[in-house]
Amino acid sequence: MSFLHQDVPLTWYLLVSAVLFSLGVVGFLIKRNIITVFMSIELMLNAVNLSFVTFAYQWHEVKGQIFVFFVMMVAAAEAAVGLAIIIAVFRVRATLAVDRINLMKL
Amino acid sequence: MHLILFFLFAGFCLAGAINLLLQTHPINSALSLIVVMTSLAVLYLLLGAEFLAIAQIIVYAGAVMVLFTFVVMLLNAGREERTLGSRAAARVGFPAVVVLLAVLATIILRAQGLASAHLGVGLTNDPNGSNLVVLSQVLFHELLLPFELTSVLILIAILGAVAIARAEGSKVDGSERTAPK
Repeated sequence: MSFLHQDVPLTWYLLVSAVLFSLGVVGFLIKRNIITVFMSIELMLNAVNLSFVTFAYQWHEVKGQIFVFFVMMVAAAEAAVGLAIIIAVFRVRATLAVDRINLMKL
Repeated sequence: MHLILFFLFAGFCLAGAINLLLQTHPINSALSLIVVMTSLAVLYLLLGAEFLAIAQIIVYAGAVMVLFTFVVMLLNAGREERTLGSRAAARVGFPAVVVLLAVLATIILRAQGLASAHLGVGLTNDPNGSNLVVLSQVLFHELLLPFELTSVLILIAILGAVAIARAEGSKVDGSERTAPK
């Protein structure tokens, strides 16, 4: 029963954040659909937000949480513009596979 | 109680992220990302950030993911074709990810002061019960100018999204979209 009342070390939150960020990087590398690549970027942003909130808790400082708020606003704007770009790309190339969008590739 | 909630929702979070990678259909990946974001909101709640937990659900799991699923359905995105990807991703990318994770984990585990900081004493920083008052005071007094600038940023993003996503030939084919002379 003492196991249930044990405290959670903040290190574990940071480890969850690091693993989420790495999963986002892996998704960015292996996914071949441009929408899913974009979702991996959102996953990385969320992982960084989690570590910001963890440090804000540790230092008892509210500015870390406000920084997360601004990250959320910028991420929302980025999602709107990015998805508009995806729609424009789909209209021109008629594909969502990143392998086929290779006009600027050497 | 904190331990149970932490393990439950951190597990949901990581399982959703892994499921995002394994699914081949974009709509399944989008739904897994919603699971990740909602679980992260619970973790924020455990860390005493009530405002951010609600904002995470409304902004991320609500607005952003609705936008994602809307685009997936609008473009009728089918099953993604598995290719080998670029060779640079395989040769440089994955070792770099492993090194990144190892370095991050080493730094986190060896950091001084983090090991002694434990969670579970109280849900919030403030003994009064909520840090919403402190947060709004900082946000609307000290950081009022950056806060107002984000509204300009959002406005520019809306205009940019409309300008980019608008069809080039809409003046020709869409008869109802033609501007009245």
